[in-house]
Formats: sequence, structure tokens, C-alpha cells
Amino acid sequence: MSGALRLQGHARNALIAGLLVLWLLPLVAVALTSIRSIEELHRGEYWSWPAETMLVQNYAEVLFASDTGRFILNSFLVVFPAVAGTLLLAVMAGYALASYRFRGNLLILALFIGGNLVPYQILAIPVRSLIHDLGLYDSRTGLVLFHMAFQTGFATLFMRNFIRQLPPSLIDAARVEGVGELRILLYVVVPVIRPAIAAVAVLVFTFVWNDFFWSLVLTHSTAVRPVTAGLQTLRGMWLTSWHLSSAAAILAALPPALLFFLMQRHFIAGLTRGVTGD
Amino acid sequence: MTGTLAAKPAKNRSAWRRRQRLVTPLLFIAPAALLFSLFVLYPIAAGLKLSLFHWRGVGAQTWAGLGNYHELLADPVFKTALVNNLIWLALIPAAPVLGLAFALLLDRKTRMMQVARAFFFLPFVLSQAVTGMIFAWFFNADYGLLNAILQLFQLPSVAPLENESSAIFPIIAAHLWPQTAFCMIIYLAGLAGLDPALEQAARLDGAHGWRLLRHVILPQLWPAHFIVAMVCIVSALRSFDLVFVMTRGGPYDSSNVLAFYMYEQAFLNLRYGYAAAIASVLFALAAGCVSFFLWHMLRRER
Repeated sequence: MSGALRLQGHARNALIAGLLVLWLLPLVAVALTSIRSIEELHRGEYWSWPAETMLVQNYAEVLFASDTGRFILNSFLVVFPAVAGTLLLAVMAGYALASYRFRGNLLILALFIGGNLVPYQILAIPVRSLIHDLGLYDSRTGLVLFHMAFQTGFATLFMRNFIRQLPPSLIDAARVEGVGELRILLYVVVPVIRPAIAAVAVLVFTFVWNDFFWSLVLTHSTAVRPVTAGLQTLRGMWLTSWHLSSAAAILAALPPALLFFLMQRHFIAGLTRGVTGD
Repeated sequence: MTGTLAAKPAKNRSAWRRRQRLVTPLLFIAPAALLFSLFVLYPIAAGLKLSLFHWRGVGAQTWAGLGNYHELLADPVFKTALVNNLIWLALIPAAPVLGLAFALLLDRKTRMMQVARAFFFLPFVLSQAVTGMIFAWFFNADYGLLNAILQLFQLPSVAPLENESSAIFPIIAAHLWPQTAFCMIIYLAGLAGLDPALEQAARLDGAHGWRLLRHVILPQLWPAHFIVAMVCIVSALRSFDLVFVMTRGGPYDSSNVLAFYMYEQAFLNLRYGYAAAIASVLFALAAGCVSFFLWHMLRRER
């Protein structure tokens, strides 16, 4: 039996290793540049192994002699409340949509999903006007509010799908006992859906951290801007100091990457189960 | 609470419970629904409506009717942007195809495969703003890795980002990087759910390799195909970050796309009504796909 599907052990592993190197080459290139010295860059030596690795010096310069640290802090200050808020809203709404039959249940769900799938450019001007009218333009709070609202769409779908898969006897038994709905949610459902909560938390963290468009549209000052947008300002400043821009890019990419490696199972489960619904 | 609950007469207790059952779902959904309506649903309507007006951001909005759309039809940048979006949509199938290939390759339960899968997936967790920088450097005419490799094989250098006829392609390539990773993960999940009995039966019938793939595996992956198609299409249409970071739509608007053109018109030219019209066209393009997806998904639910 032959065919692409039956590549044997070592050949398969070798192919995968080779592909992986090619696949990640652009990223490795950036990491390499980030530890190179400015002198080598000026001499045009981009692809040899650096004569002296400037890992500490370059990253220190980026973190302490520029606004990168501030931008990264802003990202954290936006992401954590956004994740917490989204989870709170999505768990409640997901529970309601999953455990009650009522007219309009599917319609509400469709609105949550549909709203999430549109190209958000159509939202840009009205949302900016709204945020501005609320006095929240160029504030982290404005960003948090928007992200909470937007991410709630898919997060609710995910929670609803997950809760629907719980054995109905779980909730029914509690209801028969006369337990109030809030208590059922808090003490019966939430402990059981912890993996789903972890998955959604990781996904929302990644999506909000990586957001660029809304950071651009809703903020402009260094004091408030997250790192994705801040990175572009820095790039404009650093021009040909690619060792610094590279280092800053790597730093900006680290938190979601690290979180992903730590919480791989949850991340992937979140994407596949939440999206495919089973 | 328990003490007073036991003291209530039975009739009142069940009436209270019944009321709670009706009101509680609404209370639970309300915060999410309110916030979502305020920041997503209402703005969609407001954005569409704005396309019928002229507005410079301050002062009054003046009625334009279909004026903005007429202007769009005569606008060469709009045409270039639309064509670029269509090219993008035509090339996006490379992501599911490659993603499926990777998924088939990595579909083994070993520890090494798990590690490999994580690394293949890494591009998806990077911000598109960072991915744009990575590929802007990769494709750079002077110091890019691509030219370094070409030089190694004594091939001539290329400058795809600086050439009007080719600028959009490195951007699409940069988009395919994380999209392929996403498709790979969805297909891996799909492959994990395949029915082994079907594959056994097919092998006994003498099917293997390509025929096995086409007639047994691919049809079973239909839910995955669906998700992948929807997400890739919407992602391609809404992609803004890459264009901003890699070319700003240049050189000379040759790599402009509707998502970026809208941003330029709104926040650089302060032509909010016109920008809203561009966004509405984008919305219409996506809405067709999204409605189809929703309708199909809800049909499955019934």
C-alpha cells in the first residue's frame, strides 16, 4: 500500500521537521535579528550567526529606554478586565440560552454569532462616536468595554454549546429541589464547566491582546495605547534599528505565545469545540 | 432563606418558582445582550445608515442619498481595492488545502506530533500587526530573508512589496500563514472524529491513498470544511492590520483593500459618509456568506 497518507515513520518525521523549519523561518529570522548588534546591521550582515549576541542589551534597551514597557502594560490593563467581563457575561447568557426553551432563543444566538462574523469596519465610526460621547475616547476603559461587548458574541455561543452538552439531569435535579436559578448557575453549573471557562479565557485573551484595529481607532496617546498599535509608533521612530523593532515585536508576541504553550489543550479545545459545537 | 421558604404555603412557592423560571433567563441574558446590542448591533445599523449621508465628523450630517455609492462606482481606488479583495478571496482556498495537508501529516498521537502541532499552530496566536512586520521584513528588497535565500541559489532578487503589480501578493501570503494554522487545527479535530469502521471497509475494498482521501475522508470532514470556509472568507475580507503594517495600501494604492480604504477615508480624510459606504459594500460582501452560514448552522440545530 502506498500513497501520501502512508508515509512511514522516519521519513514522515524528517518531512515534518523540515517543513517546520521552513514554516517558522520568517519568525526565526526576526528573533535572530533581535539579538544582533547595530554595527552588524550597518555592515549589512543580516543572516550570519551574530558575532556577539546582544540579547540582554537589545531587549533591555527596548524595555527600559523606550515606551515598549508602557505599551505592554497597557495591553495587560486592557486584556484582564476584558477577559473577566466577557466570561461573566458569556457564562450567564450561555447558561440561559442553553437551559431554557423560549421563543427567540435561536434568534438571540444567531444575532450573537452574526454580529461577531461581520467585518468590523462597519462598526468603526459609530462605535468611535459612541465611545467619544461616553467620554471614553483614548481610555483603556473604552477599549475594555468594546472588547467585552464584541467578544461576548462568540464566547456566549461557546458557553451555550458546552452547557448544552451537560447531562440535563444535573440541572433538572437541582430545579426539582427548588434551588434558585442563580445558585444553580454558581454552584452546580460553573464548577462543571471550568474547562470551557479556561478555554474561552485563553481565546479571548489572545484575541484582545492581538487586536490592532480598535487600538488604533479608539486610542492615540502613549499612556493608553496597547502594544499592537504602539509597536507601529516605535517602528516609525526606530526606522533602521531593526534589532530594536524585532525585539519589540518578539516581546509583543510573547504573552499570547506563552499562554498558548501553557494552555495548549484549552486553547485548541476552545477553538474546535466552540466553533464546531461538538 | 431556607427557614422562610419552608414556611411558605405550597401554592405560593410554585408560583414564585414559575415566575423565577420566566424572568431569570431574561435577567441572565440581559447584560450580554444589552452590551452587544449597544456596541455591535446598533453600530451595524448606524454604519449602514451613515453611508447615506455626508459627514466630516463634526457638525451636521447632510443627506446624500446614494451619492456616496455613485462616487464609489467612479472611484479608481475603490475598484483597485475591490479587485484586490476578490483576488484575496480567490487565493484564500490555499489555507484550507495546506491546512488539511498539514493535518493529515500530523495526525498521530505521539508526543512529538503534539509538539510539532503546537509549533505549526504558533502563527495563529501572533498579532497580525506583528505578522505584518515579520513578512514586511521577509519580503524586503534589501535585507529580506527571501532575497538572502534567492541569492544563495544565485537567483535574482525580487521586490514584491515595492512593485505596483505585485504588492498585494506578499500581503495575502502573510495572511495565509496564520489562516493555514487555523485550518490545520480545525481539520485535526475533524480527523479525530472520523469513523474508523468506514476507513476499514474502504481499505478492504481496495481503496487507498488518494482514493481513500477523496471518497472516505473528505466527505466526512464536511462540518470542518464549512467552518473553515466561513472563517477564512470573513478573515480575508476584514483583514486590515497586514495592509496597514506592510504597505499602507501602497505603492500608490495598488495594494489597497476595502477594509483599509475605509479606514483611510474615515480617519485620515475625515469623509465619514463615504467611508461608511465603503464599509457597507464590505458588509454586503460578507453578509451573504455569513447569512448562509447562520441559516445552515441553525438548520442543524432544529
